[in-house]
Amino acid sequence: MIAAVEPAWYLVLASLVFAIGATGLLVRRNPLVMFMCVELMLNAVTLTFVTFSRMLNDVGGQAVVVFVLVVAAAEVVVGLGIIVAILRKRPAATADDLSLLKG
Amino acid sequence: METFIFLVAGAICIIGALGVVVSSNPVHSALSLVATLFGVAVLFVAQEANFLAAVQVIVYAGAIVVLFLFVIMLLGVDRAESLEVEPIVGQRLAALIVGVAVFALPVAALASTGWEATGAMANLGRLTDGGPDIEALGEVVFTRYLLAFEVTSVLLVIAVVGAVLLAKKSPVRDELEIEGLYEPEPGSDDANEEATS
Repeated sequence: MIAAVEPAWYLVLASLVFAIGATGLLVRRNPLVMFMCVELMLNAVTLTFVTFSRMLNDVGGQAVVVFVLVVAAAEVVVGLGIIVAILRKRPAATADDLSLLKG
Repeated sequence: METFIFLVAGAICIIGALGVVVSSNPVHSALSLVATLFGVAVLFVAQEANFLAAVQVIVYAGAIVVLFLFVIMLLGVDRAESLEVEPIVGQRLAALIVGVAVFALPVAALASTGWEATGAMANLGRLTDGGPDIEALGEVVFTRYLLAFEVTSVLLVIAVVGAVLLAKKSPVRDELEIEGLYEPEPGSDDANEEATS
């Protein structure tokens, strides 16, 4: 226990953060907060990639994290653009308002 | 020492993640997200991914969270929302069950392999061929992952074009506004809803 940290601990921590993010995505109504929960899940996955990169001594895991960062940045730009466009029209919109699409 | 760093950074990560989910004010959620991002960056450093830790702080904490805060302030949605009301009955319990399952599944899979990574150790692109991690990373990104790297640039261009398109006002509406034919009514959507329902 006092010795070096087992890499598996990082994986358990990452899955815990991922689970918290997934729960938040299901529970919260505010689209901005839901988006932040998605970022949490992405971060948990990058932590997993870095840990496996260390476990298998393969730099490919770190390369994937670079691409995940780029995809996250692009996703935030477009997603926040959509959220701004929606919230400008109806400032109090929540995820529940998707039910209006039922017609 | 690594145990201490792991425990502190892991606690920061988990507290920040819970803060994102539990805070009723979106601004507090964003600040909790910063805490989690910094915790993850510290864990990156602990695993000798120094370049990724720097990029994590610069891109996530420096750009993405600031963008979130910008949008929150721009739209003025920084009021607290009430979390007491449960919109769908039993939704939180169901979400909690899903969350526990999402946590338990990878842990069970990990336990079944004896807490070790399954798979072959790397032959090409090894992490510890000498030199800092940024050299190994740069080499592999521009050789083995070159196609993915190029596709990334296409993705960034698409994101920029999409953001500009979303931020632009519709030209037809602009002309109508100039001619005085279009009157933006704040309640117009609600009025339409009442008419259709």
